[in-house]
Amino acid sequence: MAARGERAAGAAPAARPRRLRPRAWLAEHRDAAAGSLRRLAREPLSSLMTLAVIGIALALPAGLHVLLANAQAVTGGWRGEARISLFLERGVDLARARALRRELAARPGVRAVELVTPEQALAEFRRLSGFGEALDALEENPLPATLVVTPAASDPQALAALAARLRALPEVEAAQLDLEWVRRLHAILALARRGVAVVAALLAAAVLLVVGNTIRLEIQNRREEIVVAKLIGATDGFIRRAFLYSGLWHGLLGAALAWLLVEGALALLAGPAARLAELYGSAWRLAGLGAGASLTLLAGGAALGLAGAWLAVARHLREIEPA
Amino acid sequence: MIEFHAVSKRYPGGKEALRGVSFRLGHGEMAFLTGHSGAGKSTLLKLIACLERPTAGQVLVDGLNVGRLPRRRIPQLRRRIGVVFQDHRLLHDRTVFENVALPLHVAGHRGPEVGRRVRAALDQVGLLGKERAYPVTLSGGEQQRVGIARAVVNRPPLLLADEPTGNLDPELSREIMALFARFNQVGVTVLIATHDIALVEAMGRRRLVLREGRLVEGAAEAA
Repeated sequence: MAARGERAAGAAPAARPRRLRPRAWLAEHRDAAAGSLRRLAREPLSSLMTLAVIGIALALPAGLHVLLANAQAVTGGWRGEARISLFLERGVDLARARALRRELAARPGVRAVELVTPEQALAEFRRLSGFGEALDALEENPLPATLVVTPAASDPQALAALAARLRALPEVEAAQLDLEWVRRLHAILALARRGVAVVAALLAAAVLLVVGNTIRLEIQNRREEIVVAKLIGATDGFIRRAFLYSGLWHGLLGAALAWLLVEGALALLAGPAARLAELYGSAWRLAGLGAGASLTLLAGGAALGLAGAWLAVARHLREIEPA
Repeated sequence: MIEFHAVSKRYPGGKEALRGVSFRLGHGEMAFLTGHSGAGKSTLLKLIACLERPTAGQVLVDGLNVGRLPRRRIPQLRRRIGVVFQDHRLLHDRTVFENVALPLHVAGHRGPEVGRRVRAALDQVGLLGKERAYPVTLSGGEQQRVGIARAVVNRPPLLLADEPTGNLDPELSREIMALFARFNQVGVTVLIATHDIALVEAMGRRRLVLREGRLVEGAAEAA
């Protein structure tokens, strides 16, 4: 047969086993990717609805992450300004207090020391407390001289150690480190981070299931096509690829939608947040997702989509056989 | 090209579709497979394309033991067999061109070669002008010819057809059969299952007759 067959357009003598060369491999993947994308675009409304579900599910943890990152940025600024107030013994006169200020300012671990004289303290108290008249009734100034130390270190342990050393000075009656609230805030933030992680894990599972179900339906809808493809010699890989790319696109486009949702929401919040910061005299501004988190969001979405599709394909593609 | 050695096929329900069937179909031969419905014609074709596996016996296609073929090697076998179905099995959301190009895409062909071969196949079945049409807009005979173009576009050495004229009037049936004969002339081995006895007799080719799963006629090779 071969001699006749080769001459005419009718038959090839034997199947040449096709070794997959890199270019052919790339072309097949490009085709599968483009085909899946076209299929997605062919039914824009139902695609958009699925993508919206995925987008919202991904936007929630991404948005919470951004808010948390902003909260950390704000408190990070405050922590740098932790201060230790040294209330001096009443017997220490102003000259000794000034000497102590210079002495402390020269210490390692101390960035700056400010002296608040009893008079200044009283004036400030009068101004801030509104007890002016009550204070006038006092015969003498009850307030001690105070040294306000700004530490160079910022981590809670180093601060506590410095406060303990300063408290041990003979001139110092009491040292007050505003650290508790920093610790509590950090604990709250840690809790919030854990909460965001839990929410993210749950919603990631939801995305996995949504994509898995979408691909399962797609496999059902394209049953006839799968049968025909298998009949004419499509490999399992060839058929699988179309659905895996479909899952990948769902995840990636869903993540892109999530990115838009988060950035859109942040754009709405940016103005009021900036005004609030101004009222506190801060130059702080609401930060967006940033390049790293954006990439993580997109890559995570794509990976979830691919994984969801894989689940569906592994379960349902094998069941469809031509008969 | 095709060898059956004492092949039996029993379906899970217990129905015995083929019993001890043996025959040999040479390279470049054309034969008809006939018998009443339920005699096992479709089963026999399915065994060749590895759509079913034999319960007993050996099925060889071009020297390949099809019954023992590992799953992952089935696609390679099917690419070498063109199959034509009574119900065409065309994809209705794709144009004639895309339907015929499918076996080429599946086999990894790309680029201008695909267009050339699709048009050659459509030319052979006389549908060159319809490549942009959708299957539903075509008549039954035209749809069947698209199915044939798809079966031959990959230039398989073996062509199987299961009741290819089942839904067609006698005139169209003759045209379709003439088409198969033409492919056979250029070296393709052709096996056609049909119950259209008159047509088979008019063609004057080798006949394999099945009755209740047994091959009762045509087991010996035609001279």
